[in-house]
Amino acid sequence: MAFAAAFFYLFSAVAVAAAVMVIVSRNPVHSVLFLILTFFNGAGLFVLLGAEFLAMILVVVYVGAVAVLFLFVVMMLDIDFTELRQGLLSYAPIGGTIGLILLVELALVFSGWAISSEAMETVAAPVEAAVGATNTEAIGRVLYTDYIYYFQMAGLVLLVAMVGAIVLTLRHKPGVKRQNIAAQVARTPATAVEIKKIKPGQGI
Amino acid sequence: MEIGLSHYLTVAAILFTVGIFGIFLNRKNVIVILMSIELMLLAVNINLVAFSSFLNDLVGQVFAMLVLTVAAGEAAIGLAILVTYFRNRNSIAVEDINLMKG
Repeated sequence: MAFAAAFFYLFSAVAVAAAVMVIVSRNPVHSVLFLILTFFNGAGLFVLLGAEFLAMILVVVYVGAVAVLFLFVVMMLDIDFTELRQGLLSYAPIGGTIGLILLVELALVFSGWAISSEAMETVAAPVEAAVGATNTEAIGRVLYTDYIYYFQMAGLVLLVAMVGAIVLTLRHKPGVKRQNIAAQVARTPATAVEIKKIKPGQGI
Repeated sequence: MEIGLSHYLTVAAILFTVGIFGIFLNRKNVIVILMSIELMLLAVNINLVAFSSFLNDLVGQVFAMLVLTVAAGEAAIGLAILVTYFRNRNSIAVEDINLMKG
């Protein structure tokens, strides 16, 4: 048990430190790399909580897709980041005040938190230990039955996001030769071949 | 010392606050603002999974997956808007974005 506690403190300390580095780092590439570190430690916390499938999804989706997308955009755009960092400290007091107020509010909420004894009896989908399956199998049993509409809706959200991203970033350059399949298919011998009658011995 | 629900909620609260603070600190840089939003969504996910684990209810993990989906879509759309904006204006300064209206 002390082993798990040590790992909890390790993961959460690294996660919080990396999160702070994300927002104070000078170079946005370093910010993205620290974001990846934060996500890895978040995945570690998920493993400690027994949500192995979600931990792996976090690594695959966030680190493999979202963070790499950030890295790609940061490196593709040619931006002078030192100019963007001017006046950074002038916003620190107001941001710090609001952050502190929010933290105090959250602390007040969580310190007064008590789980009702009836909450344990109103479980909608018991965890894997109760149904005798692995975490992945238990999630699959719930996700594809009771929450199938939410699952489909998530798919629609991704479809809309994909279409939106393509529509936003696609641009047609004028003056670029492209293949026109309809024109190719519509070719007939009359338009494609020119027949010349050549008399023997005369050449063209 | 036993690690309880409140420990995880504390970590999530700190991460969320760091995300809020990041938005204020880097209010000229859209990329870091988007990264701060990702941090806040991670904090929300930690909360959902912590409650799911300590209340023995899988629904929290299902909803964490939905949050993950929305976060991925949001990052993709946000970065696409950013690329389009950069092509038009050659900068990503947040204070000029209100010039886009109309």
